[in-house]
Amino acid sequence: MKYINKMKSVLTLIVIALIVAGISSCGQQAKDTDAFRKGALSSDVASRVYVAPGEYDEFYAFVSGGFSGQLAVYGLPSGRLLRVIPVFSVDPEKAYGFSEETKPMLETSFGFQPWDDAHHPELSQTDGNTDGRWCFINGNNTPRVARIDLTTFETAEIIEIPNSGGNHSSPFTTENTEYVVAGTRFSVPYPQQDVAINTYADKFKGMLSFIKVNPESGLMNIEFQVLLPAFDYDLAHSGKGKSHGWTFFTSYNTEKASTLLEVGASQNDKDFIAAINWKKAEEYLAQGKGHDVPANYKHNVYDEATHMATSNQMNTVKVLLPEECPGLVYFLPTPKSPHGIDVDPTGEYIVGNGKLSADLTVHSFTNMIAAIDNKEYDTIIEGIPVLKFEKVLAGTVKAAGLGPLHTEFDGRGNGYTSFFISSEIVKWKVGTWEVLDRVSTYYSIGHLMIPGGDSKNPQGKYMVAMNKITKDRYLPTGPEVTQSAQLFDITGDKMELLLDFPTIGEPHYAQGISADRIVSKSKKIYKLEENNHPYVAKSEDATKVVREGKDVHVYMTMIRSHFSPDNIEGIKVGDKVYFHVTNLEQDYDVPHGFSVMGFENAEILVMPGQTETITWVPSRVGVYPFYCTDFCSALHQEMQGYIRVSAANSTTELKWSLGE
Amino acid sequence: MKKYARAIMVIAALTLGLLFVFPMWKITLLAPQYPTGISIEIFVNNITGDISNFNIMNHYVGMKTITVKGFPELAYMQYIVLAMMALGVVIGLFGKKSHFWIWVVFMIAFGTVGLYDFYIWEYNYGHTLDPAAAIKVPGMAYQPPFIGRKEILNFIAYSFPALGGYAVGISISLAGFAALIKRK
Repeated sequence: MKYINKMKSVLTLIVIALIVAGISSCGQQAKDTDAFRKGALSSDVASRVYVAPGEYDEFYAFVSGGFSGQLAVYGLPSGRLLRVIPVFSVDPEKAYGFSEETKPMLETSFGFQPWDDAHHPELSQTDGNTDGRWCFINGNNTPRVARIDLTTFETAEIIEIPNSGGNHSSPFTTENTEYVVAGTRFSVPYPQQDVAINTYADKFKGMLSFIKVNPESGLMNIEFQVLLPAFDYDLAHSGKGKSHGWTFFTSYNTEKASTLLEVGASQNDKDFIAAINWKKAEEYLAQGKGHDVPANYKHNVYDEATHMATSNQMNTVKVLLPEECPGLVYFLPTPKSPHGIDVDPTGEYIVGNGKLSADLTVHSFTNMIAAIDNKEYDTIIEGIPVLKFEKVLAGTVKAAGLGPLHTEFDGRGNGYTSFFISSEIVKWKVGTWEVLDRVSTYYSIGHLMIPGGDSKNPQGKYMVAMNKITKDRYLPTGPEVTQSAQLFDITGDKMELLLDFPTIGEPHYAQGISADRIVSKSKKIYKLEENNHPYVAKSEDATKVVREGKDVHVYMTMIRSHFSPDNIEGIKVGDKVYFHVTNLEQDYDVPHGFSVMGFENAEILVMPGQTETITWVPSRVGVYPFYCTDFCSALHQEMQGYIRVSAANSTTELKWSLGE
Repeated sequence: MKKYARAIMVIAALTLGLLFVFPMWKITLLAPQYPTGISIEIFVNNITGDISNFNIMNHYVGMKTITVKGFPELAYMQYIVLAMMALGVVIGLFGKKSHFWIWVVFMIAFGTVGLYDFYIWEYNYGHTLDPAAAIKVPGMAYQPPFIGRKEILNFIAYSFPALGGYAVGISISLAGFAALIKRK
């Protein structure tokens, strides 16, 4: 019995010891977890991101919506979402891709594409500075580039890129927006054809495209393409200052694997940066070296005067072949499947971020030109000289982290590089390549952005990290959690975390610009007298309903707080009814919406002075209400009407009225 | 100084010409949802500004629609001004001291009648309400202030002379000064 009691007390002691050890180890883990979550938030930073009600943010941030296909606009430093601009995906809220006016914007050579994957916003530049005129963004899946007009924050133009597959290294402007570029991430058969996939090395090609931008109108056209070996062209940036005239593209899969790339494309110790001399290309084009190659792509343009987009079929593109154009393309060997490529504000340093490496490789533009002049070639691939690595190298940022992806600059001689694997940002000194500071991100950062950080004059006050993984940073919302960005203050020696904020889609790249470069140019209304829509009704007197066979055109107006007409009769089952609805308001922020019960379509949201058209094919008889969907006024709930649908063979007279 | 009396009189008459360039009066409405305010400007022969927004807002309480045609004064007032300008110039060049004074008295009379007419319009605009109006506030009238600032429901209304109005005042003052210093 005594023995058993002893056993009991020993066991109790052991259990207590275990519990104590457990608690203390749990305590340590909890502390570590807490430290992870909060980062280096030392002092009260709330006031530094607080923008008081009615006050404006200092910067606009244009953040890609990733797989949402759209472009999101945030204010910095608050991180408040201001607008989601529909670009490559339909948006029923704004009838983008549903209204007759915007459907042509999403036309491609494959037909209507309701979705794409938007990665890299790029602001237009003048003299290497962001000028607040346009924002370009690439469509990754079905290769396209879009231009957003920053007076209206609407998509003004989308051009499809032929001979391309996966437009990832895009759009990345030159310093006066002479060109935005497009580079194929997936090489494809050239010309596109029915071949065995294992003929990749022979039949596939990589194409880089230069899209000329009209300096007045912004209109884009594919000026030329350069045919390159079948690598994966990943990212790009154009030169500036001394390197103006060149654009640099990273590549991976120089092994030309067409299956299991995670292994097959990771074998070579070095892949290439393709340096394209586009000024040289212009000379070759002038000499007639461009081959007119049949192509099939769409060019879609939105006309603000008619409030209407048109989709134009394009049938040819000019292609330059490197073997016929010496000096057009050089390859710069760069270690470990370089991902991002970034040019410092002076234009001298070209940073290749070898994503499977711990180091950053920095090339010198001066060295590159010298190596070209001295013909310091390792070899020549398909007519393209490969420069000697050690002759172009300027320096290496050593053991900076793991998995470097992208670099931005602050204009004070520092580079900031995101590291995906080690989930951090490293600040380093341009020229000495020493690491100055590092800060964790939550979690697994992709791109980072400093306003103007890829221009000649960065506005280096804030830095935004766009993360690939969010995990536990916010209240859980089921298996799919929000996407996230983080804001840092970079004015001091140490980078300082200020704010987490949720984003739409998956944020890839972003651009920032001080608000004063945009605010004064932002349109408040569309002028009704300048509305040239073919179906506009500029006053209630001009409203009418016109039958053309089975097509019925309703010329309708909206103003606080009624539609004109608001009673329509004589519509028949099987008719195609076009509601051309003009918002007669000429006051800031008075949109009206329009929707019809059961119309198998999206609402239109019509801005003051604008006309939009939505169609309806009624399928059954009855009287159906329509109403204003945007709470517009004290009598918004009264802003409604009825439309009568009669049998297909009925003789109901076509008539319309208001207030009768 | 006295030798300038005629010149001053002519300048006084010509100053009225500013009425064709600048508005006489300006009415502004300010509200939380109209942070920059909406204004109408009354010229001697026209009304400009955010008339449609004035009308859209005011129709809820049944106020009449403001139109240029709704002001018969705008059709003939400009001719009175032109006549007074011509008369003033003639008097300035050839008139006697007493003529100077007559011109001043005429102007004051016209100005007073004009202001009274404006007050009557404001009264009617604010009190003549459509019985079918959507919003009816018992006992409420919406007459803008004759001159100054007034709170009307959620709005603050401002009513003040504008540059053209001041020009009339300057014209009368100059003419009065010219009459004072004029030799017989």
